Amino acid sequence: MTLDLARTVVGSELSERSLRAFALGLPGVDAIGLEQRAASLATRSIKTTSKRWALDTIISLIDLTTLEGADTPGKVRSLVAKAVLPDPSDPTCPQVAAVCVYGDLAHVAVEALGSNHAGGGGTINVAAVATAFPSGRASLRVKLADTADAVEAGADEIDMVIDRGAFLAGRYGEVFDEIVAVKEACRRSDGSSAHLKVILETGELATYDNVRRASWLAMLAGADFIKTSTGKVSPAATLPVTLLMLEAVRDWHRLTGDLVGVKPAGGIRSSKDAVRYLVTVAETAGERWLDPRLFRFGASSLLNDVLLQRQKIETGHYSGADYVTID
Amino acid sequence: MTRLAVPKTYKLFIGGAFPRSESGRTYEVLGANGDFLANAAKASRKDARDAVVAARKAVSGWSGATAYNRGQVLYRVAELLEGRRAQFVDEVQASEGLSRRDAEAQVDEAVDTWVWYAGWADKFVQVAGNANPVAGPYFNLSVPEPTGVVAVVAPQGALSLLGLVAVVAPALVTGNAVVAIADERHPLSAISLTEVLATSDLPAGVVNVLTGSAAGIAPWLASHADVNALDLAGAAELDWVDLQIAAADTLKRVLPPDGRDVATRSLERIGAFTETKTVWHTKSML
Repeated sequence: MTLDLARTVVGSELSERSLRAFALGLPGVDAIGLEQRAASLATRSIKTTSKRWALDTIISLIDLTTLEGADTPGKVRSLVAKAVLPDPSDPTCPQVAAVCVYGDLAHVAVEALGSNHAGGGGTINVAAVATAFPSGRASLRVKLADTADAVEAGADEIDMVIDRGAFLAGRYGEVFDEIVAVKEACRRSDGSSAHLKVILETGELATYDNVRRASWLAMLAGADFIKTSTGKVSPAATLPVTLLMLEAVRDWHRLTGDLVGVKPAGGIRSSKDAVRYLVTVAETAGERWLDPRLFRFGASSLLNDVLLQRQKIETGHYSGADYVTID
Repeated sequence: MTRLAVPKTYKLFIGGAFPRSESGRTYEVLGANGDFLANAAKASRKDARDAVVAARKAVSGWSGATAYNRGQVLYRVAELLEGRRAQFVDEVQASEGLSRRDAEAQVDEAVDTWVWYAGWADKFVQVAGNANPVAGPYFNLSVPEPTGVVAVVAPQGALSLLGLVAVVAPALVTGNAVVAIADERHPLSAISLTEVLATSDLPAGVVNVLTGSAAGIAPWLASHADVNALDLAGAAELDWVDLQIAAADTLKRVLPPDGRDVATRSLERIGAFTETKTVWHTKSML
């Protein structure tokens, strides 16, 4: 079904050749213009009540993340506790959108969330990274098993990585087919499907043109979200790259009517940065995208900074790290 | 041939760098005779916030350095101060209208004070720490540890260099990081001190100096939850009781003004910005 849409957009049967022709036929990115546009959006000053609204919105858009080799069930449980009640001193503080963990810990997150889990009457989703995250260097068989495992463990969202090696070698059809296959593996036994976020790892794609091509490939293959980075590669999310991806989902929406989300991840640590992203979303894709279903921040330390800013507004004085939980 | 004057516009000292005030504001510094001396940056609350962030970042490294190392670094600062003696004397004289002799005496005393405190860096813990007597097979040890980030309002209106040194140095000795508000009307010697600190071995952020209105910045530092202690040495003219109340809300050590122009050298000043840690250890595991 989705592939019918892809066929219509590409304008022919889907093959390595046609996808390649389509991706290479996308208009080139004006790098200077893109960066200037991002820089000008970043100058906007958000104050008082708008700032308060922005801070709460940021929290509700966060995928609270822990993706370390040293993650333990205890670490995931404390992450979940923070996701459920970000600021224990202020019960009006909104909950985050999701917790993002490695696939083998997804079941721990689901259990710890309990009634706060989206599947159990709450609103918080469990996102699991899969497909040999972060490198993606494994056979398709292993990647699909990785994905199916995480879905079975109760993950509501799967964050997959594209095969950057294949993409940079120009084998766009292979990248496309893999996303389609992983999307299929997201299907649950009851017929519903986990949401699929496709990580482009823009820090490894070298050019803005490649980011645009990868975004379109992912959307053609049925991605529910396109995500900038794993957070393991520098540079991770940047404002220009996110702006470019927002333009892609906007254009995709105009073309097909489908709504695809965007998730910048990695390197967004301050509220000030995050507010700039909100401005960029609203000015590019539209305010409709300021919704956890269509925009997320992949972040861990960002939440504490937002909480400090909220406390500053609340109390009238600057807050400090002693007044938020340690991650 | 007459040369054109080269009027200077100084900046703040935050995190080892010299940024302009976030507010973009400056103010004129006038000499004792009313002549224009320089422009100084007028720090805003956001500069104070940035300074606290820089200080907080510096605390772990500075307090984690060995006491011996801290002593060496502080002594090196004194060497550099001595090397710039003539400049400090000129600035103090022009700014405060002192006689040459009084200006020299002030600068000498400032360097000596710095050396005096530098010497205490690897001795203070022995004096202030203790092996406590207990009625059991335990060691019970008390040791002073630095409080963390100390905000200092430097003495205002008299002996600008010595006043600042006499409150900043004792806080540094045990490993605290300092955010200091310089003498508002006589900030030049404080600014030159920051140039000394920037070229010494002192890690970035251990000392941050804000010039501008003490009345404007002090309340933000007093109420800042990430500041651990407040030295109100130069706040006698301000509404320091309110500052103390604001500080109490966020659980700070506060040293109220004591009415002197220059804080006397004392171990109490060092001890004021330490917290005593007491540990038990059994003797029987030997």
